[in-house]
Amino acid sequence: MIPLSAYVAVSAVLFATGLIGVLIRRNFIIVLMSVEIMLNAANINLVAFSHYLESMAGQIVALFVIAIAAGEAAVGLAIIIVVFRGRLSTNVDELNLLKW
Amino acid sequence: MALAFFFYFSGVIVLTSVLVVALRNPIYSAISLLIMFFHVAGLYVTLHAEFLAAVQIIVYAGAILVLYLFVVMLLNVKREERYHAQFPLAALLGVTILTEVLMLAILRGFSSEPLPTLGGAGQADQATGNTETIGEVLYSTYLFPFEVASLILLVAMIGAIVLAKKDIGLASRNQ
Repeated sequence: MIPLSAYVAVSAVLFATGLIGVLIRRNFIIVLMSVEIMLNAANINLVAFSHYLESMAGQIVALFVIAIAAGEAAVGLAIIIVVFRGRLSTNVDELNLLKW
Repeated sequence: MALAFFFYFSGVIVLTSVLVVALRNPIYSAISLLIMFFHVAGLYVTLHAEFLAAVQIIVYAGAILVLYLFVVMLLNVKREERYHAQFPLAALLGVTILTEVLMLAILRGFSSEPLPTLGGAGQADQATGNTETIGEVLYSTYLFPFEVASLILLVAMIGAIVLAKKDIGLASRNQ
């Protein structure tokens, strides 16, 4: 029997990796991939608690998280394409168009 | 046996997620992300969430990751040479959060007392399968969030089309 905290530990490592990825990478696409890693960490947590608490709610919420992740990927990549078309760069440091 | 599967899946998940962040070539990162998604699905199977494992592979590996690979190859992104300048701060923040959560999980977690069960909505019993239970709960208790999720997907689809379509204003003006 695997303890619940083992799953929580894997989820924590995954979330920290995604957080570091968002903060240290300069490529917009990799930043979005790191956000997906963090969403997956949350999903693992939800499914693990759903299993150990014997409730179906966690799996349903994980399903919604997957749907939101799909929408986020679509809109994010559309924004990348628009920005790349104008400036030929996917570097987040150079995207200061809205900076006042 | 379950322990071996758990350690295999979680080890590969941690390794490939570090590779996604660390590799310089975006295509290699996307392939690492693909391997990670498959092993997360394996982890769901060890938790008896078979339907969610299937959804993970179909939606994440089949749809989202293909979209990422498509954009990476469309834009022909070059290798980036260096990380962000705020690397030390980011590492400090990540390590701090990681130690906090791990300490919480380990200090509290490894006690063997059983967790209280929530029960209630859609308790998974052995007679009906995982998919059947999810279907029943999703279309009864969570019907309204389900409809909201479909609306969000519609808005995301329209938004992506409007954003990525070239010169949507010019084309209508020229007609």
